[in-house]
Formats: sequence, structure tokens, C-alpha cells
Amino acid sequence: MRKSFLAENPSVLWFIAVLAVFTVVVTLLSEVTGVGLISTSFVKTLGKTLCLCLVAIAMDVVWGYCGILSLGHFAFFGIGGYAIGMWLMYARTEGIVIESLAGQPIPPTSAEVSDAIGNQIFGVVGSSEFPWIWAFADNLFLQLLMVVLVPGLLALVFGWLAFRSRVTGVYLSILTQAMTLALALYLFQNDSGLRGNNGLSGLQNIPGFENTSQAVISVIFFIASALALAAGYIFFAWIVSGKMGSVVKGIRDNEARVRFLGYHVESYKLFIFTATAVVAGIAGALYYPQAGIINPGEIAPIASIYLAVWVAIGGRGRLYGAVIGAAFVSLLSSWFTGGGAPDINLGFYVVQWTDWWLVLLGLSFVAVTLFFPKGIGGLFDLLVRKQS
Amino acid sequence: MLRMLSLALMLCLMVPTTAAAQTLQDILQTHQDEVLKPGRRSVGVVLDDLVASGLPQALPFLEAWRDREIVQLGSDGLFYRAAEDGDAITLTDLDTGEVFTQVDDADLTETRPNGGVRRAIGDALVQFQLSDPDIAKRRTAVDAIARTMDASQRAPLIGSIDGETDPVLKEIKTRLAGMLGALFAETADARIVAINDLSGDLSVDVRGVLNTILATDAQVAATVPDGANVAQVLVVGTDLTPTEAYARLVVAELAPPLVTKSQIRDALVTNINGDEVGGIPVASLDTDAGRALAYDMLAGEGIAPPRVNETAQADAIAAHTFYLQYAEPNPAITDAARTALTDIETKVAMSQAVDLGLDALSLASIYFLAAIGLAITFGVMGVINMAHGEFIMMGAYTGFVVQQFVPDYTLSIIIALPLAFAITFGAGVTMERLVIRHLYHRPLETLLATFGISIALQQLAKNIFGTQARPLTSPEWLDGALVFNDVIAISYIRIAIFVLALIFLTLILFVLKRTRLGLEVRAVTQNPGMAASMGINPDRINMLTFGLGSGIAGIAGVAIGLYAKVTSEMGADYIVQSFMTVVVGGVGNVWGTLAGASLIGFLQKGIEWLNPSNTLAAQTYMILFIILFIQFRPKGIVALKGRAAAD
Repeated sequence: MRKSFLAENPSVLWFIAVLAVFTVVVTLLSEVTGVGLISTSFVKTLGKTLCLCLVAIAMDVVWGYCGILSLGHFAFFGIGGYAIGMWLMYARTEGIVIESLAGQPIPPTSAEVSDAIGNQIFGVVGSSEFPWIWAFADNLFLQLLMVVLVPGLLALVFGWLAFRSRVTGVYLSILTQAMTLALALYLFQNDSGLRGNNGLSGLQNIPGFENTSQAVISVIFFIASALALAAGYIFFAWIVSGKMGSVVKGIRDNEARVRFLGYHVESYKLFIFTATAVVAGIAGALYYPQAGIINPGEIAPIASIYLAVWVAIGGRGRLYGAVIGAAFVSLLSSWFTGGGAPDINLGFYVVQWTDWWLVLLGLSFVAVTLFFPKGIGGLFDLLVRKQS
Repeated sequence: MLRMLSLALMLCLMVPTTAAAQTLQDILQTHQDEVLKPGRRSVGVVLDDLVASGLPQALPFLEAWRDREIVQLGSDGLFYRAAEDGDAITLTDLDTGEVFTQVDDADLTETRPNGGVRRAIGDALVQFQLSDPDIAKRRTAVDAIARTMDASQRAPLIGSIDGETDPVLKEIKTRLAGMLGALFAETADARIVAINDLSGDLSVDVRGVLNTILATDAQVAATVPDGANVAQVLVVGTDLTPTEAYARLVVAELAPPLVTKSQIRDALVTNINGDEVGGIPVASLDTDAGRALAYDMLAGEGIAPPRVNETAQADAIAAHTFYLQYAEPNPAITDAARTALTDIETKVAMSQAVDLGLDALSLASIYFLAAIGLAITFGVMGVINMAHGEFIMMGAYTGFVVQQFVPDYTLSIIIALPLAFAITFGAGVTMERLVIRHLYHRPLETLLATFGISIALQQLAKNIFGTQARPLTSPEWLDGALVFNDVIAISYIRIAIFVLALIFLTLILFVLKRTRLGLEVRAVTQNPGMAASMGINPDRINMLTFGLGSGIAGIAGVAIGLYAKVTSEMGADYIVQSFMTVVVGGVGNVWGTLAGASLIGFLQKGIEWLNPSNTLAAQTYMILFIILFIQFRPKGIVALKGRAAAD
């Protein structure tokens, strides 16, 4: 008799418990309850960090468990952000336009409203026409579907092409990086239909909640991000712990042997690649309303590589490792680059962390790769071994 | 032409006068009345005499005359150039340049040439300038003619060609005269001859002249009038949309104007009566149909002009012919111009193709330079080095730093090339010893570790050199471009980069195929264990190979820095393309890298040519193409066969 999934994976329960406590504590200490120990902007930072943890889990599954070093998962994250951003921007601009047209002597036609919205949104790139990709932007439900479908389909097509021609290892990594670069370059164009390098902005204003304060919205998004992270964690823990997980890990360790055992390796890889892309898209859709702005720079290949850095530092092949890595490095990164860290005066030279943080990160990354291939998560192994 | 004739006449009739007239003042005194009150006709006599006299002071006089600065002094009846200086008026003698001061202006009679006369003076001036002894002035005059392209300039220009001493300027004048002839020669035959003469010339000016002759007006009429020089009869639906067609009818006042949506809206707004318009409630005006209904009501009451419905529009369009008519009435001339233009455009297109090929070749050599070092480390050793781009950057910054100390650009480049090699060679060897050596069997980890180094190096460069782009100035002999004709030109820097790429290709092939080191490298690549048992030290070979690849990246950095700006991010700009080059070409093969660089270079230029406004899109499509290409040839263009191909 097989043991139940949760009994086999006590770490899932632990993780959920810690996350729940964390969420409750942050909510209680936020400005919503009047305590105000945690500022609204910090709640947003924490919420964003949770979204980054979610995409890091996805990255961990595709890389740490399946052995595909994808340098494109942050692109899927960005696509999710763009998909939700289109609705947010459209709906908000529509509200503003209708309000401004309400004062006119005769009611506006739908064409006039749509022209005015187009002018508002695309004026910065010298256009007023709605590109075809905005066809569903007026419908929240369809656009939410896009959050899932667009990254999913892109990953499906790309993965199908790549896996069926047996592109593996570093070749696949470079290919995914090329895909990311192509996407970023495409979005940088003014006629891409997504406002070129201006990106989409004002996403923190949620249509229909104009009268709700940002403090409340930030907490709602924080809780939503925590729920999404929990759901994603359970989903992936379930996938990687079952029989399928064993096959996937087998593919990572020796792809040819798994193929000879009769498994259709490409299908497994494709499933993992697509599923993680979809989760990345969802994480992005939760992240960017908290960030408020998305532009093509966010999708640049470097972002996807940072994602790999987080997972590597946190510890590959264990889901909580990815969470730790993403949370640790991204929070540390914003602390250092945000000027939070004190400068070090060496007498002849003052080390300013805004300048030197990336050098430190790069070098520590090299050190982790060389000396601690298991990352921070590996420390837990040491603890467990001492106890037993 | 009339003036030329009259000039000849005058010369015959007035030989005694001209011979006797030694000074400018004498000529002016001879034509006192014409100078004082010049008319469109009478002024020709004076001008011809002045031109014939060949006096150098005639030119400043003409300018002053045109600018209304010439006065006649009542007391002696002589002409002077006047300049107001506060209350006083200074007079300048026209021949000697002697200056007098005159306080009383009652004694002065101003000359007042009118607009037509001034234009005639201007033409005479052009003739003077075209024959001026100073070549700079002649050049300015020719440039002015090329800018304005006026019929009146043709005669003086042709007149000045024979006397031109400078062969280059003579050539330019002849060409210009040819263009003016195509536009303004007196007879149709002369123009056709001139047009035919232009057809070998690819320059933009000539194309501009021919296009001016072929300029068309969009016309509309019930039937095409007889004798109209029609360029094309437009078909509504294919050549122009019905909306455009109707708009032309309206402009030609052959159809009533359409009532636009905003006009409907304005009419409705002005006619709001309580909460309804024309009997229709205001609330129902939120659709175009509702507004149309209300507007028709207003039109029915005669308050607003009626709308033109679709059928009326279609009927109006069908009843008329839309055509393009040449501004030039003579069909023989337009035919000749069109033939000449087609001929030129074919040649231009061919030249552009050649130019595009050269551009692609130079882009390919840049990619080759950027990728060749990578082809060695990645292709031969199987080590993926994400910091390769940063080695390129290090090379470029080496060049920049050397130029800070060595001001001579030629010398500094000569120093920078080996220095860049040495520095990046050292960096590569250090990196191999410290990091890569430990990761030979974990390629994905190598990728990540070298990426960490890349982040650190990039930020380090930013900390040292700042974020702004640093210039790497090329020596003077690399400035400028090799010009083949008006379309084909290639800058010397690009040629230098091409040559450098060729040198590298030869050098690397030589090292790999003809030297002991190359032999050992190939042995270690194929089977490190066996190579080691033959007495080759794989550690040393790996170190040297990695150093070589990195050193070449450094030299490539100097070359790329000459052609692009040096920034801390320049490496990142080339790294993905470099990997693409190596992967597309086929890993483990220098020829493959060459093939990959050529493919990517030509492809990118080709896509840019299809969509010239958008280099970003070109890069996007190129990457998509490469992703697809890898599907069909996963091992690249030049794939290794047999055992060497095994991973």
C-alpha cells in the first residue's frame, strides 16, 4: 500500500505551515490592521518576492529535476505580466475615457470610446490603432486565459521543436536564450503593439477598486501570491514525488537509458517544460500588478539567467531550495542596490554596494557552483545527517 | 538666348565705345539713364556692356546695384556706392575704391531697380561668378545652380564651361548643364538627347531630375481629355480605394462633399432641442446608426446638408475616370525620361545588391571575429564560456586605455593589438585554472560559473570606466570609404575588419593543422586519455587552448571597438550572436564558424533589406530562423562525422 502523498513529503507540510504563518504575520503587521510595522511598499516587495519564489520553483522543476537548463522561463513570466497588464491598462484607460466623455452633450459611440482609449494607450508610440493582439483586452476572463495560454503554447511549440530534434544540454540553453532575446527585441519595437520600450504602466491601479487604498490592494495581492505559491509548491511536489517524478529525474540523470527503458522521453520533457512555463506566466501575472510597470527590459536574457542563479544558490533538485534561493538573493539584491547596505570605507577606496553588489553576486555564484553545488538547501542535509 | 544675341549685337555696334571705355564709370556714364531708371528691357544693354568689358570691379558693382546701394551724385553726375553711417553717408568710388563722406543726401539720386531688373542683374552675376578667377567662388556658384535648378541659369552655365580651367569643376559643370538641358532645353529633341545622355549616371541628382520630368498630377474627369499626356489610368479598388477616389472627386468639385462623423456630431450638438435632436432622444445617439437617423431628420428639415449615401458615391466614382497626368505635355520627352529612369534604376538596384553583399560580408566578418575565439573554447574544447563577450570588452577597453597614453592612433592600435591579446590570454588562463578546470564534466555548471564571472566582469568594467560609451579612435588612414560609384561604398574600417578576419582564419587553421600545439589540441579533443598516455599533458593543452581562444576575443574586441562604441555591455551584445554562429556553423570546426558567420551576416542584412526601417525586427526574425534551422540541422552546417561527433 502506497503511503499518501503528504505523508511521504513532510517538507510540503512544513513549507505550507511556514508560509501560512509568514502570511498571517505580515498581514497583521501591515498598515491594513493599523499596526503599520510593515510599510505598504515593503508588503509589495514581499508579495513580489513570493511571485519570484513561484517562478523559481518552476525553474527548479525544469532544471533541477528534469535537467533542462532553460534560459527562457523569465520570458514566460514576462508574457504573463504583459497579458494581465493589457487588461489592467485597457480597463483603467476605458474608465478614465468614459468619465471624460460623460460631460459631452451627446453620448459617445463605441467607436469613439475605443478611439480615445487607443489614443491614450498608444499615443506614446505614435499610433492610435489597436493591434490585433489586444482583441481580448476588454475581457478580464479571456485575458486571464491568455496568461495561461500564451506562455503555455509558446513553450509547447518551442519545446516540441527543440525536443523532437534532440537538442539537449548547453545547446538547448543557448536556444532558449535566443528565444528570450528574440522576444525581448521584438517587444522593444514601437510597432510590436505593446508600446515598445515604454512598456505597460500604471498596473498598480486595479480597475473597479479605484476607491480602495494601495495598502489594502497590496495585502490582497500579497495573500494571493502566497496562495499561488502554496498551490504551485503542492502541485510540483506532487508531480516530482510520484512515478512521473522518478521518470523525470531519470531523464535528468541519463536520458538515453530512460529512452531505452521504453519511456517517451520527449513527452515528459515537453510536459514539464510547458507546465513550468504556465506557472511562470501565472507568477508574472501576479508580480506585475504589484510592480506597477512592465517593459521589455524585464524580459531580457539576463533576467532568466538570474533566475538560474537563484535556483543554483538556493539548491537545485529541492523545491524549498528554490524558494530560499529566490527569496534570499532577490531580497538581498534589493537591500544592496537600494542603498540599504552601509558603504565600506577601506581608507583608500569606499566600496559602495550599489556598484559592487553585482561583482559580489557574480563571484559568490562562481563559488557556489564550484564549492557548494547543492546550494543553501544543502545545509539542511548536513542538519539531518547530524541528527541521525 | 535673347541676351546672348543682343550681347553679340552690342559687341558689333559698340566696338568704339567698348574700346574707349577703360573704366567702369565710363560705361555707366554712357548708359546714365538705364542705370538710374533701369527697365526690364533697357537693363540688358548695360549688363551686356559690363560683361563684355571684363572689368573686375563690375562684379561688386552688380551686387551693389542689385542691393540698391548705387547712387548718383548731382554735383558731378558720377555713380558711387553709398553706405549709411549714422547721419553721414559714405560714398565709395566704383573704380578706385576711394571713400568720401557726404552729409547732405539731397544731392543724391538713388537707383531703384525693380524686381525683374534685379533678377536680370542676378543672372549676370551668376555669369560673373561662374567665370571668377577664384575657384571657391566658381564652386559656390555651381552649387547654387545645382540647388535651385532654374532655366535661366542654363545659358550662363554653358557659356562658362569652355573657359573652365579646373578639370573636376568642368566635369561637374558639364553634368549640371546636361541635367539643366534635360529640364529646360529649347526644343523637345534637344531635351530628349540630354535625357538620353543622363541614363548612365546613377547619382541621386540625376534621378531627381528625371523624376521631376516624370512628375504627375492626379486628375479626374468624366473622360480623359484629348492630348493629355496620361501616365496611368487608375483603377478604383486596386490603385486607389473608393474613399480616396471619392475624396478626389470632392476636391475636383465633381461631387458633393461627404458629411463626416465629426460633422454629424457637430450638427447634432448644435441642434440639441431639450433632450432630443430632430425628434430623436439624445440618449439613443450612442451609435453611428442612431446619429445618422437623427442627422437625416435634420437634413430633411433643411438645417444640415444631406448625407451622400453609398450608392451615390459609387455612381459618382463609376461615372469618372481617375488618371495620373504628366506635368510635361510632350509624351516623347516623358517616354525618354521613363526609359532613362528605368535604365538607371536597374543599374542602381544591381549596385545596391552589390553594396548589400559588401555590407553583409563585413557584418559576417565581425561575427566571425567575435565568434572565432568561442569556436575554439566551445567548439574544440566543449567548454561553454559565457564570459567570452566580456573578454571582447576587455580587449576593447585595453585599446581605449592605450590610447590614453599613446596619442598617436596608428601606434596605439599597433600596441593595443598584442597587449589586448596578452591581457585576455592571461585572463583566460587564470579563469581556466581557477574555475573551468574543476567543471570539465559538468557543462551546464560551466555555463553558470562563467556567467557569474561575466556578471562580475561587466560590473567591474562599469565601476572602473563608468557607464558612458568610450571612444576608440581609428587611425586617420582608416577614415573614409572606398567609393566605387554613387551607390557602392565601403568604409576602410570594414575592409580592415574583413582583412583581420581573414588573417585570423588563416592563423587558426595554421595553428591547428600545422603546428605541434595544434596536433596536441586535436589529440586532446578527440580522446584526452589516449593523448595523455602518448605523453601529452592535457591540462597544459586545455589551458593554452583556452588562453588562445580568449586572447583572440581580446583582439576582436579592439577591432569591434574601432567600429562600434566601447561600453561595459558590448560583450553581452555579441555573446548570443557568437553562440549562434558557432552552433549554426557546426561545433568543433573552424570552417563551420566561417559558414555560420556568413550565413548569419548575410541573413541579417537580407532581412534588413526586406524591412529596412527596423533592425530590431531583423534580429528577431533572424533568431527565429536560427531556431528553426537548428531543427533541421541540429549539428550545424558543417557537421562532424564518425567518432569525433560523439558527445
